Parts: sequence; structure tokens; C-alpha cells
Amino acid sequence: MKIGVITYPGTLDDRDAQRAIRLAGGTPVPLWHADSDLKKVDAVVLPGGFSYGDYLRCGAIAAQAPATQEVVKLAAQGLPVLGICNGFQVLVEAHLLPGGLIRNEKQHFICRDQKLRVENNQTAWTNLFDKDQEITIPLKNGEGGYIASKETLKMLEAENRVVFRYLDLNPNGSMSDIAGLTNERGNVLGLMPHPEHAVEPGFGPDTDIAMRSGTDGLKFFESVLKALVNA
Amino acid sequence: MTTEISTRPMHVDTVTQALADPEKSQPWAELGLKQDEYLEIKNILGRRPTSSELAMYSVMWSEHCSYKSSKIYLRQFGEKVTPEMKKHLMVGMGENAGVVDIGEGLAVTFKVESHNHPSYIEPFQGAATGVGGIVRDILTMGARPIAIMDQLRFGAPEHPDTARVVHGVVEGISFYGNCLGLPNIGGETVFDSVYQGNPLVNALSIGSMKHEDIKLAKASNPGDLVILFGARTGADGIGGVSVLASETFDASGPTKRPAVQVGDPFAEKVLIECCLELFHAGVVAGIQDLGGAGISCATSELASNGGKGMRVQLQNVLLRDESLTPEEILMSESQERMCAIVPVGKLKAFVEIVSKWEVEYSVLGDVIDEDRLYINWGDQEIVNVPPRTVAHDGPVYERPVTYPSYQDALNADSSKSLKRAETPAELAEQLLKLISSPNQADKSWITAQYDHYVMGNTALAMPDDSGMVRVSETTGLGVALATDANGKYCYLNPYEGARQALAEAYRNVAVTGAVPRAVTNCLNFGSPENPEVMWQFKEATAGLADACLELGIPVTGGNVSFYNQSGDRAIYPTPVVGVLGVIDNVARRIPSGWQDDGNNIYLLGTSYDELDGSAWAKDLYDHLGGQPPKVDLKKEKQLGDLLHGAAMQGIIESAHDVSDGGLGIAVIESALRFNVGARVWFTEVMERDNIDATAVLFSESQARVIVTVGREDDVKFQALCEARGVPCLRIGVTDKSSDSIEIKDLATFSLNEVREAWRKTLPELFG
Amino acid sequence: MPKIIVEIMPKQDLLDPQGKAVANALSRSGNKNISNVRIGKRIELHFDTEVTDADLENAKALAASFLSNDVIEDVVNVFIEA
Repeated sequence: MKIGVITYPGTLDDRDAQRAIRLAGGTPVPLWHADSDLKKVDAVVLPGGFSYGDYLRCGAIAAQAPATQEVVKLAAQGLPVLGICNGFQVLVEAHLLPGGLIRNEKQHFICRDQKLRVENNQTAWTNLFDKDQEITIPLKNGEGGYIASKETLKMLEAENRVVFRYLDLNPNGSMSDIAGLTNERGNVLGLMPHPEHAVEPGFGPDTDIAMRSGTDGLKFFESVLKALVNA
Repeated sequence: MTTEISTRPMHVDTVTQALADPEKSQPWAELGLKQDEYLEIKNILGRRPTSSELAMYSVMWSEHCSYKSSKIYLRQFGEKVTPEMKKHLMVGMGENAGVVDIGEGLAVTFKVESHNHPSYIEPFQGAATGVGGIVRDILTMGARPIAIMDQLRFGAPEHPDTARVVHGVVEGISFYGNCLGLPNIGGETVFDSVYQGNPLVNALSIGSMKHEDIKLAKASNPGDLVILFGARTGADGIGGVSVLASETFDASGPTKRPAVQVGDPFAEKVLIECCLELFHAGVVAGIQDLGGAGISCATSELASNGGKGMRVQLQNVLLRDESLTPEEILMSESQERMCAIVPVGKLKAFVEIVSKWEVEYSVLGDVIDEDRLYINWGDQEIVNVPPRTVAHDGPVYERPVTYPSYQDALNADSSKSLKRAETPAELAEQLLKLISSPNQADKSWITAQYDHYVMGNTALAMPDDSGMVRVSETTGLGVALATDANGKYCYLNPYEGARQALAEAYRNVAVTGAVPRAVTNCLNFGSPENPEVMWQFKEATAGLADACLELGIPVTGGNVSFYNQSGDRAIYPTPVVGVLGVIDNVARRIPSGWQDDGNNIYLLGTSYDELDGSAWAKDLYDHLGGQPPKVDLKKEKQLGDLLHGAAMQGIIESAHDVSDGGLGIAVIESALRFNVGARVWFTEVMERDNIDATAVLFSESQARVIVTVGREDDVKFQALCEARGVPCLRIGVTDKSSDSIEIKDLATFSLNEVREAWRKTLPELFG
Repeated sequence: MPKIIVEIMPKQDLLDPQGKAVANALSRSGNKNISNVRIGKRIELHFDTEVTDADLENAKALAASFLSNDVIEDVVNVFIEA
């Protein structure tokens, strides 16, 4: 199974996303932002970083890129798409997901191991989690506050489109503690935390058992491979 | 690519003009040159310099660029070296950064640099551009930058100006480092009023490459093109040179030029990816990054290193601001710029790659087969100099050195005069006070603003004793880095203090299981015009060079920062020493705190009554006097070898070095690392080493580490210690079910209470 | 040469963390009668030739679609400046 990872100028976590895909058993395919040819991949990851230096608004310029526009087209046809951090911002700017992402309430960039609750395990990227499972995923951002109108928030809850919620601590002031959400169809997922940083023992979050042994992020990528095989 | 010269009338001082009015008065003093230096320039050129040449020499011969006050001492790092020490050294001092072979055909380049004065003026941009500058130095060696670290020294914590500097510096490093996508894997933070008007911001970067990827900053092939690429050139950092504006004054008058540089990390991230692609495509014969002294430095150094010359058309430089004069363009310190030497046949490939990344470039000129640097402004020659005289043959000073008048009294004023705590309750109170003091307290308020996950190769980061990154994803080969300096020790005894800095950084690498291999340094001192400061510098460099020789690890490069003083008050001599170590497989690294239940806690090394210069003396009694703790490098090496051997056998579960604050602090830090309690006792240490309760808790004796070992490995471990002659004493046992640290005959501290006291100090001060 | 100015502000009912931080700083430094601060953007579109009505209409469209994000921002003004 081929999973594309788009690199924009300023993208940072593309190679980490590629590693995560490889460890999950997939084949990562590097994609260039200026190229609308997505090389027939089976799914796409928009990785984290500071595309275009966060100029204008985070993800705003990347949302206009030829590769992004092609992703928008294919997402409407069911292509699984995962937007991580800056990638989430691109999905929001490209209107694949509702709402907006603004500066952290406390004004500082924060890097921490974040507890999340998995509230929707029916999406292409979360089908291997248990409902209400608690996981720990690294979070690192300065502009991660999720905001949306009252109506949008109501709709998201009613349609069970909130996929992850922050537990223990809301690190950026996101409304309703929303850490990640999905589209109507469940093939597009955007979240602020970074699953690709919790896939390899020795390099993930600390756990009670051993330092840096957390690998809760691997299931994101294993889930999509499972969803593709079953499709 | 020739650009139209600005249509604004600009009077330009040319070589022809210089020959025509040899007695013209020039502002050499305002530019920082001494009279004899100015005369030497005239001597070299056989005429007066043009204002562009004057600007070039003034900046390149400044302390910062020429190392004129420190050169005679820095030579020791290259002289006190054995062939054995140079075994792994692929590129030594004198290049942008040293390069060390780490095995498997891979190499690592690393260096630490200062950006002190700009960080006091404009903390955010000063710190940000400090990171940018050191990362470019690493990139220019042909490496992909893989990590950064920072060493910060601020004034008194409660002083109102300290918060201004702290916020700006931390945000600046966070902003620039995170945006570059480099994990910040460690560093130091120290508060002391001695740094009030002179905060120290040192930045370190590491890069990795294959042996064959190493690039050097030399232009050696006549005909090759000289290409400036990256950000456009603007007025950054040329405040001092604006005095020359009066030389090129015209009707519209000189504008106010900023003294600080402004950084754009996005531009640098793009530059990194673009450069790496250029390197891999083999289109670049030499490369230099533009830092201090900008184009002046890049052109003269590339030419001088290659033993050739250059012809440059300065009007080809792409500008942000068309009103810049030639002198200003030459001096500009605009960030995110590189200068490449490109063979003519590779130009097309070069242009393709930079265009893909939307990076601007301009061909400034070419390499020539003459020992001369010619710079033209249109058809007017404004610079005609021998490049070596600019870049490498600057003045070399032998500054006066005087043993400080205060030194004897300072050394006689031992901490033994301080009244020690008499009851366990008082001692416990002192310990709690110390762990919650700003220098010992939790630094997460700072470090949580840094990304340490990006690139997915961070095996160790703060709060562990070293940072460690994996270099090979196939074999797990990795490197560890630690940086240390104790300004107080160095003030008491610069020679011993410098040795101690190396010893501590060496030990911090060893406790992770890595083997120390190379050294970098950032020497932060007061004014070299102060003979007592020069004495400190002379002693410290000798101490460091001798220590490197004794431990068998070479200095690969570094930086000197002088003039860190306000009026008469100089900072403590603060030689920051960075040690790089290699580990076969990062999977074998050792954490700094215990996680398992029922493991024995051992203290390795001997404890003495050495409280002079300690955190106990300074932070509890505001006392600094006496002599710093003794340094025995033979013991440090034995200890390091033991730790490495034990790590390879997998018998150590955790290891933490005992340093600032002493043994009591070290034990608490190890317990707080994973929030696992313990029962410890110090009475046997007191008996064996003949020291009292205050000394056992707070003495800062060197060559000591606390380790935990699984029950099944106890016997093996003790035997290993005995075989290697390392004193080993069991001082406790870990207890996962306990929610406290029990120090027998002293106190029991609730983990939660200690954690809270330790955690809240920085947020309360700076939150 | 003329320009078209686009002024954008964060939506009224949304949290403006930057504005809040600045307001706090102003209050701390004694400006107690400043009750609130909101921070937006001013974007200048430069033209090499005279600006037409069509240019202005186009600018308004760009302002709404790309230069601002209508979920979190309002375009408060688009006008020609000599």
C-alpha cells in the first residue's frame, strides 16, 4: 500500500511521517507541493511543520498548492487523508475540515507528551483503537487552538466527528478540548498532536515501563493500511 | 547576471581616488581600528585604503573575527595534541566547524558559538540569529544539521531586567530552532547577578554526513564562479559602519542603520534543503556561510583558503534596500545567505536546484589565478587587496597579563568560615531551599518551548545529563553531547575551573554509556584590555588544553567572546566546554533517573569536604571564595571507562552525575526523573570519607556518579568496580511503591511536595 | 503608484490571544483606561499602473477568499490609496 507524504517549503516532519508509514508496513511516497500528480497513492499524509513560514495564516498558502488541490478532489471520492499539526491547518484552510486554528492561549510554543481520548474509532485512521481508549501522543505547537462557531461545535458533537479530545490538560485553549476531528465521511482526519513521533520504541514518549517507549501513534498508520486492505 | 546600478547619485571611494588623495582623513578610530593597525593597512596596500577596504579591514580585524587577543593562547589546542588524539579528527580547527569520524563511514560536525551582546540589546533576534548562525556553520561543512543545544546565563532572577532577557532569548531560540525543524536536546541555564548586564547566549549545533560529503570553504580553481544565494542583502547589523555613510554622503543623506540582525528561519529551512540537494548533486566545489562581516568575510576567506584570488562585481548583489552603499553591502550581516564556488559546467544544474526551492541567487564573479581580491562597483574598482591579509594575517596581540590583585584574598576566604546547619531539620530545610532555588529548579518552563521530537532520532534530551541522537537508522550508531562550565570555580581558579568544565562534560557523556571523543568550546570572558581578565584567559586556556591532552580528546573548534563586562565589572571567566561522545547503538543508552523497583543505588567515587564555590555557599549564604573542588582526570577516565563497560554489558539501569548542588540534589533529581521514590543513607559515606553531614549533602567533589543496578547484576557490578579501582558504596534502594525519598537520619521528603517546590520556581518568576 | 489596502480583523466574538496579551501589558504599564485591544492585519496590494474598478472588485474577492479566513476573520475594509 502506497501512502503519499506531501513536502511544502518549510515542512518539517515529512521524513518522520515516512518512517511511521514504513514501520506500519506501508510504502511511503514523497510528494512535492508544486506537483499535482499524486502518483496513484492509496492515502495521503499532510505532515507537520511551518509551511511557508506560517506566512499570512498557518497553512493558508500551502492550501493553494497544486498537490493540495488534488488532495481536495480525491478526498471527495474517499481518499484517506491525515493532516498532522500544520497539515491539520492546511486541511482547515482548504475547507476539508470545518473551524479554524489560532494562536495558543498562553502565547508560548509548547512541546509535551499529551494524553488524548479516542472518541471515534470508525475513521480510516482510528479503526484499530478501542472506543474511549486513552493514548499518549507528543504535542508541539504554538498555533493549535481549535475554534469554531457554536453551530459548528454542536454539529461536530451531534455527528460524532470529534475524534480526539485533550485529557488532563488543554495545552492550547482549543474549544471543547478538541484535539482532532474528521469529516462527514470519516476519511479525512486532522489533529494537532504528532502520532509519527510515537511509533518507534526508544524515541517516543516516556511510559511507566521505560523511558521513550510509547508507540501509541503506530496504530494510526496501521489502521489506514487495514482500512485500505478491507476497502 | 548584471544588475543596474542604483540611479541615485552615489559618490564611491575608488582605488584611483585613494591614489589621488593619499592624505585624506579616514574614520579608522570610529571603526574600531588602532592607529598602528591603520598604518599597517597602508603599508600592506602601499597607499591609503578606500573606504570599502577600510570597512573590510576594520571588521575582519575586529576581535570577533580575527581572534587577535586570543590567537596566541588558542594555539595550544592545536599544539598540545598527540597523533592518537587526532586519529578520529577529519577536519580540525580553523574551518567553520570540526569534523569527527564516528565509524561506519559516517562523520559528525559540531561547534558552539556565542551571540552574547546582540542578545542583551535585542534578546529575541539576538538569540534567534545566534541559532541561525551556528546552524549555517554546520550546514556549510556539507552536513545535515541534526540537533541544537543552548547554554544560557542570565542575571539575578528577581531583577526586573532579567525577565526581559529571559523571555526574549527563550522565545527567540524556540522560534528559530523549532521552525528549522531541529530538536533541542539539552543545554544549561544559570542565574547569577554577575551576568546582569552581560547575559551569555551560546548556541551549539551538530550535523551528520558521510565521509565523502565533507565540504570546505575554499576557492581553489580559477574560472569557477562565485555565487551568492539565499536571502537578499539588507541593512542588518551595519550600525557601526554607518559612520562611513558620511564618506558617501549625498543630497538625501545617510539613513539610520540598525545594529541588530533579523532572522527568518523559514528562509533558512529552505536554504538547508536547497544546499543539501546542491551538495548531493555535486555542483558545489566550495561553500561558505555568511555570518559576521558578511560578504567581506566570505570572499576574502574563500579566496585565502584556496590560495587563489577573486574578481567580484558588487553591484550584482541582490538587495532588499536599493539605497545601500557599497561599504554597507560589504559589511551587511543579513541572515540566511551562503556563498558557493561553482564550476562553470555545473551552473545550469545549480540554477535548476535553487529555482526549484525558489531561492534567489546572483553570480558575483569568478575565481582568478592571482593572490588578489578585486571588488568593483560597476566599472569602478573599490577594493584591491591581498585576501590573506584580510582573512588570516590580521594583527596578533600579546596583551598584558597581570595576576589579579584580589586573587589571594579571594582564595583565602574559604567557605569553612560559614556556619553550618546543626540539626537534621536545618539540613533538610537547606536541601529543600536549594532544590527550589532557580539554579537547581526544574527548567521545563524553558525546555518545553523547544521541540525535541522532530527528526525522530532523539534518544536522550533534557533533563538527562547529555543529549543523544541516533545517526544511523540501520545500526543505531549515535552521538551524545554535553556542555558545562562553572563560572564560580573559574573565578576562584581559572586553570582548575577550566579543567573541571571539561571533566564535567566528559562525565556527563560517560554516564549515558557513550565514549567521549572530541571537544568544542565557547570561551566567554571580560575585556582583553584588562590584564587581570587576560590572566584568567591565559590560565583557563592552558587548563583546558592540558586537560584535553590528559584525557586524550582534542578540541575541534570553538569560539571566543570577549568584552563581556559592564564598566569595571567583568563576568566570571566562563569557558563553556562541549564534549561529543560516540555510542555503537543508542538502544544501550542509560537514563539519568531510576524507574525500576528494588534496585540498589550506588555512589561511585570519593567525597571530600569541598564546599568552596558550591551552590550551597553561593545560593544559601551568598559566599564565593576559597578553591574549587580538586579535579583528578585519571579518576574521571577510570569512571568513564567503567560506565561504558557496564553499559555495554547492560548492567546499569540509570546513572546520574553528581555536580551542582552536591549529592543530596543528585539523589532528588534521580528520584524526580520518573517519580520513583527511594530510601537512602549517607552515614557510610561520611564514615568512609571522613566528612560531616553538610559536606555529604552539599559538597561538590568531582568524579562522582550515582547509579542503579538490577538485583541480578549487583555482584557483577561490584566486581567490575573493584577490578577497575573505582570506589563503590551502596547508599540506597529504589522503592516504586513509596511516594517519598527517605534520607536516613535526615528527613523524609514527599515526592509530590519536592516536585512541586522544584517545579514552580521558574513559572512563578517568569510565567 | 496606487495601492489597494485590505484591512482584516479577527472575528468580534472570537478570542484574540495576541490582543489580550497586549492589553495585559498595557494595563501593567499603567494604561488603565484602555479596556481592550484587538490586533488585525493591513495588507497592501501594489500596482504598477492605475487601479480600475475591476481591480477593486477583484481585490475584494481575493480578500474574502484567500487573504482572510472567514471562519476566524472579517474583512473590515478594502479601499484604494493613492
